[in-house]
Amino acid sequence: MVSCKETGNSIEEAIEKALKRLDLSRQEAEINIIDEGSKGFLGIIGGKDAVVEVTKKVIPAEIGKNFLEDIFSSSDLDVEVEYIESKSNEKQLYFNLSSSELGLVIGHRGETLDALQYLTSLAVNRETDDYFRIMLDAEGYRERRKETLERLANKMKNKALETGRKVMLDPMPPHERRIIHLAVKDDDRVKSYSEGEEPFRKVMIEKV
Amino acid sequence: MKEIVETIARSIVDHPEQVEVTEEVGQKSIRIKLSVAEEDMGQVIGKQGRIARAIRTVVKAAATKAGKKAIVDIKS
Repeated sequence: MVSCKETGNSIEEAIEKALKRLDLSRQEAEINIIDEGSKGFLGIIGGKDAVVEVTKKVIPAEIGKNFLEDIFSSSDLDVEVEYIESKSNEKQLYFNLSSSELGLVIGHRGETLDALQYLTSLAVNRETDDYFRIMLDAEGYRERRKETLERLANKMKNKALETGRKVMLDPMPPHERRIIHLAVKDDDRVKSYSEGEEPFRKVMIEKV
Repeated sequence: MKEIVETIARSIVDHPEQVEVTEEVGQKSIRIKLSVAEEDMGQVIGKQGRIARAIRTVVKAAATKAGKKAIVDIKS
């Protein structure tokens, strides 16, 4: 929380001073008047300064966007961060990344995107009272990956059925394993479960 | 490269003013040393090193662009 107290001959002057000190515009600030001050006799004797407290408004979406933009500008990666209001709500903030270097931003099996998503979640939620789930996408990567994983799940399910053996998939992060489990859950001929420790935990599919 | 670690660390610890990052740039690799207040160690390492791993993953992506390997050391 960034805030400061300032005094001035008038409320207006105190606010101006505080905004300048915090380098904020009026829209970015919450202003709390502590003392209105008084002019005193003839404006000279017994006058009291006005006291205000100015606090930077906490806008979770902006914290997230700024955090990501700072990372990309200091890493020399050309990435545009966009906050998607239509996919966000009071519990979730959705950001989309676009870049000419999308592969680097996504990383192997999305590991860089997942790491950025996790760190953004830490940075945003330590500033806010409510908890926000952070969703980071990169030009539709999440949806494409989901389709790929569902296809893979089907293929591996058929393999388990044909061979009658356990099929072990590659290590995946929790949300990807979940997609696999969901994809095979309605088929009573097989069961799926996860084995091993993070980050190497993997899904097993087995004929029942 | 060290600015990335600085940006991330300052945004997730309780004492951002105590975050210090140095880097040694070699021909093929960059060694980044992150130091934070002792009580902030948990905030940059995380359960089973999850936060440290995420920081290293992001740094790795940036280092790849620079054509180098990056090593991130963390101490209090």
